[in-house]
Amino acid sequence: MKKSSLLLLLISWAGLLQAQPEIQRKFQAQFIEVDNNGLVELPEGNFTLTGTLSMDGKQGVTIRGKGPDKTILNFAGQISGAEGIRITNGSNITIEHLTVQNTKGDAIKTQLVDGIRFLHVKTEWTRGANASNGGYGIYPVQCQRVLIDSCYARGASDAGIYVGQSHHIIVRNSTATQNVAGIEIENSLYAEVYKNKAFNNTGGILVFDLPDLIVKRGGFTKLYNNEVVDNNHDNFAPKGNIVGKVPPGTGIMILAANHVDVHDNQILNNRTAGTVVVSYYITENPINDSSYHPYPSEIYIHNNLYERKNERATMKGRMGKLFRFKLRFGKKVPHILYDGIPDPQAAGKPAICIANNRNQSFANIDAANGFKNISRDAGPYSCTLSIPVNVKLQ
Amino acid sequence: MKALIIFSILLFSLGLMSHLDSSVPTFTPKEKLSDYQFFTGTLSALNPAPALIPYELNSSLFSNYAEKLRFIVLPGGSHMNYHSTQPFDLPIGTVLIKNFYYPLDFSNPGKGRKLIETRLLVHETTGWNALPYIWNDEQTDAFYDVAGDTRTITYLDNKGKKQTTNYVIPNKNQCKGCHTNGKEFLPIGISARHLNKTVRFSGIQGNQLKEWANKGWLKGLPADGIPANADWENTTASLDARARSYLDINCGHCHNAAGPANTSGLFLDIHNQDPHLLGIHKTPIAAGRGSGTLSYAIVPGKPEKSILVYRMNTNDPGIAMPELGREQIHREGVALISNWIRSLQTP
Repeated sequence: MKKSSLLLLLISWAGLLQAQPEIQRKFQAQFIEVDNNGLVELPEGNFTLTGTLSMDGKQGVTIRGKGPDKTILNFAGQISGAEGIRITNGSNITIEHLTVQNTKGDAIKTQLVDGIRFLHVKTEWTRGANASNGGYGIYPVQCQRVLIDSCYARGASDAGIYVGQSHHIIVRNSTATQNVAGIEIENSLYAEVYKNKAFNNTGGILVFDLPDLIVKRGGFTKLYNNEVVDNNHDNFAPKGNIVGKVPPGTGIMILAANHVDVHDNQILNNRTAGTVVVSYYITENPINDSSYHPYPSEIYIHNNLYERKNERATMKGRMGKLFRFKLRFGKKVPHILYDGIPDPQAAGKPAICIANNRNQSFANIDAANGFKNISRDAGPYSCTLSIPVNVKLQ
Repeated sequence: MKALIIFSILLFSLGLMSHLDSSVPTFTPKEKLSDYQFFTGTLSALNPAPALIPYELNSSLFSNYAEKLRFIVLPGGSHMNYHSTQPFDLPIGTVLIKNFYYPLDFSNPGKGRKLIETRLLVHETTGWNALPYIWNDEQTDAFYDVAGDTRTITYLDNKGKKQTTNYVIPNKNQCKGCHTNGKEFLPIGISARHLNKTVRFSGIQGNQLKEWANKGWLKGLPADGIPANADWENTTASLDARARSYLDINCGHCHNAAGPANTSGLFLDIHNQDPHLLGIHKTPIAAGRGSGTLSYAIVPGKPEKSILVYRMNTNDPGIAMPELGREQIHREGVALISNWIRSLQTP
């Protein structure tokens, strides 16, 4: 009896597997044939897909599963396409209540979409952190009016939730874990990132501006009411990527970004730096883009709660060496670390302001002068800033 | 001439000229390739009807080692307008036909071929549209199919070695993945630099574009100064010209300032003259694991340290470039680009 039911199970399982090429074609046809303002409903089940599901030029379409752990699109056997789901050239697109798993490249990429919403979406690599995992989980790029709400991203070898070259962005109520970067806002304007949980990543939340891009200078980003905890994971990004330089133990990292307001976050047990503010020079990459601004400016860090264990910073990677041989903080690692490289165009104006943080501690590491005059005095940065960010998505 | 008139009547009846009927803004794709009557006799022989203009490119996009047979259909009495850098202006109603096939034996084309797919690009009033048709196993016809599919292909390569490979037929959206400049759907090959070459017309050698001008199919062709890309396989051309031509047709349609890969800041089109944006000592952006463990797109003199070669030399879909049509590695392309990078001097 037991044997025959097992056999039956095996047979039905084999039947399911056989049907999968048809699932690929069926879902893909739905993505293409859905009318504007229409609904693509994906059923409950674990579906094996072999190539990217793509949608182009649609308006007002919703792609809806039965729930993040009920509708699972599994790309472990993917043979073509650089992402699981790819949405291009659309407006007012919603992706909700589904999981995208184990893609070879990025999980969900959306490009040139005005109005893109990810709701209750889960992207993950089920083996957890691994260098062979795809780069990005939830990945809107060159989009506007971006909402990422109640999502979950795990295992990305670059960033779990990554918003690039976009504007008017809200990331909230979401969780990122076991990624190199939990949540990353890059070369983007007007972003609010709040009520998220970033834990056990290499770096919790990153705000970066990189050279060579069309959107040169991002900014006006607010990070608040987030829990940024235990981001001490080994960095498993392939070398060469910018996030490969993020040291394990980074809570929040601001690289060459402008007008960033970091407040009311719980930044706990990130062993290397609770909050680090640096110029692009810290990457040691050459800059060939003459119109690029490599310095952070108008960064306001206030009303956050900092805690850390009494332990050393990471000893891994280039930054680990820096801590070990140059900075020599021992176990008294500052919560807030600033590279101190001044923007010659903004002489006399502090690039960062620090106020009212609980358990605050600080170091300017004087990176411009070979770390010679490291200062633990936050006094010169005791100031306030007003950074107007009020993102509306309508 | 008579055939041409009949053909334009046919196109009209298909609704390709539907701009005359405002209530039907786009035409409905035919179910079968044979329904269009592009070819005469046995369909799989692809004998073109008189109205079809065959064309060839100096260098063509690698598509998983498939070979291609290309035709243009212009609406009766109409013509293309020349442009020196952009694709030619093609009239509404133009159809571009691209047939993808494998010779059963690459060293002996006489042994026959297997047709996989035929893609039509149709210039409708609302812009260009891609209509993919997939051939049946019996090779009697190809059927309209938006969803794409995967086939297993077997052939003898040019060394007589049996090759078995997946061939992923792109879906309708993926056609646009390449054929786009910003938001607009555009042809790629119908550009002066790709078409400016010597071809054989009815047994006589001549310049393809001049022949088109003589026939009245192309207007505005200048007497000289027409750009020409190199044939990447032509070893008498300079290594630089061959490599740039290869990168232009294989990468430049996405990797240009207005293309979908402008997110990377890497511009591989033939018009880019900035060595940094071409990849020399350029760090990757949002490449994920596509960077391997390498720091720069191109390290002059060091192909093994160049991300460009790394991404060409794999068929892992999370890394491979181009992203489509690459179930196999293009060994000859990898060799060409490796040699080119080896020849580059540090600026």
